[in-house]
Amino acid sequence: MAPDASTGEALISVSDLSVRFGETTTLDHVNLTVLPGEIVTVIGPNGAGKTTLLRVVLGLTNPDSGAVRRRKNLRIGYMPQSIAIDDTLPLTVRRFLDLGGRVPKGRRREVLDNVGVQRLLDQPLQRISGGEMQRVLLARALLRDPELLVLDEPAQGLDVVGQADLYELIGQLRGELGCGVLMVSHDLHLVMAAADSVVCLNHHVCCTGAPHDVAENPEYLALFPETQIASLGIYTHHHDHAHAVTGEVVDAHDHAGHDHQGDAGHG
Amino acid sequence: MPTITLAMTIKATPAMDDFLIRAAIGGIGVAAVTGPLGAFVVWRRMAYFGDALAHSALLGVALGLLIGSNTNVSIIAVCIAVALLLVALQRQRYLASDTVLGILAHGTLSLGLVVVALQGSVRVDLFALLFGDVLAMTVSDLYWIYGGGVVALALLLWLWRPLLAVTVHEDLARVEGVNVVAVQLGFMVVIALVIAVAIKIVGILLLTSLLVIPAAAARRVSSTPEMMAILAALIGTVSVIGGLSGSLQWDTPAGPSVVLAAVVLFALVMLLPAGRRT
Repeated sequence: MAPDASTGEALISVSDLSVRFGETTTLDHVNLTVLPGEIVTVIGPNGAGKTTLLRVVLGLTNPDSGAVRRRKNLRIGYMPQSIAIDDTLPLTVRRFLDLGGRVPKGRRREVLDNVGVQRLLDQPLQRISGGEMQRVLLARALLRDPELLVLDEPAQGLDVVGQADLYELIGQLRGELGCGVLMVSHDLHLVMAAADSVVCLNHHVCCTGAPHDVAENPEYLALFPETQIASLGIYTHHHDHAHAVTGEVVDAHDHAGHDHQGDAGHG
Repeated sequence: MPTITLAMTIKATPAMDDFLIRAAIGGIGVAAVTGPLGAFVVWRRMAYFGDALAHSALLGVALGLLIGSNTNVSIIAVCIAVALLLVALQRQRYLASDTVLGILAHGTLSLGLVVVALQGSVRVDLFALLFGDVLAMTVSDLYWIYGGGVVALALLLWLWRPLLAVTVHEDLARVEGVNVVAVQLGFMVVIALVIAVAIKIVGILLLTSLLVIPAAAARRVSSTPEMMAILAALIGTVSVIGGLSGSLQWDTPAGPSVVLAAVVLFALVMLLPAGRRT
């Protein structure tokens, strides 16, 4: 489904946005718009500021400069990257979903069947698998009947089949609900198929446009040289973390300040 | 030790029943609030936060004596002030959270001890403040316990759902419209109230045990957050009654006896066969 610009004003629009943490510029004059019914995917290497951009859109981080416009009374469904719940808290999936707000029974059943978490309802949240947890988090976001879905690395920790399934589900849900979707990812190939518009981010917006256009953009290829190899059918694995000079793993999202060129997600 | 001799004299007096009844009523009132609050303290991993606030309560007592106000009121005020200071200090990145807690807990406790010592004219029973003085409970203490306890429970009940949402995932709760700052401030007020109320029973140094041990024991046999809160209150109540009875039986100090009763209950629950747990 193509985005339909005629259905109204942008759900969210970010213009000339900059965020700095101390000396480090995490986001540098970034522009971003999500229209109703549109899937916008932000890709970029670790530490590129993707999560920070989402946090600004969600109102969790204040920008240093620039404007964030949300449509009035915009209902946002947010799926965080991960969730860690203390083992001492006895919480079933059902209770976890209820914490998001009460939903009419029929509607709830529909959403839960759709996402495939109905059978998990009485399970303790701490006992479900990573893939099940991603679906539960997605269900919580969907139960708010969102106009905009914001997903932070929704397929994180899933195997390739699980990732493909999840992206397919997100595309299908967009069709049914007509909501806009803003997601962050670095699973490039899978994302490409499920996005209307791709924003390639490395502190600033390197390039933006339809997936195929971005895939051929030289700036994109400079950021992700491994895509060229993958397209030849050779197996590559994506690094899901960066390394500091000493070789220790550093938190990708706090690890800002890469040079633009030559930083290909390997830090 | 003064409290022990006190307990022995009490045992011999005819008015013993009154003392005991007041102690039991007060203890049960305290356990009813420390249980549910303790559940949140355990879920949010705030045991040391609670401990630091309890330590600062001595400063509250000292300041209350200094300016001649009701010590319950000054305890609540100092606890809220220290809680706000802790939250502010935990936002900086220079020192780890437990280091900040250690500095404030012992800094305020020491300041409290010094201020108490400087007031030569007022005799303060330090032992009672540090370890509780349940058998010296007056009727006005009971009013404070039940008045403060009811307010604390009502606040906690009102905050329950948003506080649970914030405990599970703060950002998610914020996006879904929870006023996280207001909820956290409300929670601080509840903690301050409960500390002021509970000091009479177990004292400053043992206070956290009444928050943590009943909740930890309840975890094993609970399948929902509410069940854990209610069971924690029940386990706390049984600990208070058991501890007071033991104290009377063996002439042991009341506060530590209550804590030991809670530890015994915790150990017993741990021995239960592992059933269906959530």
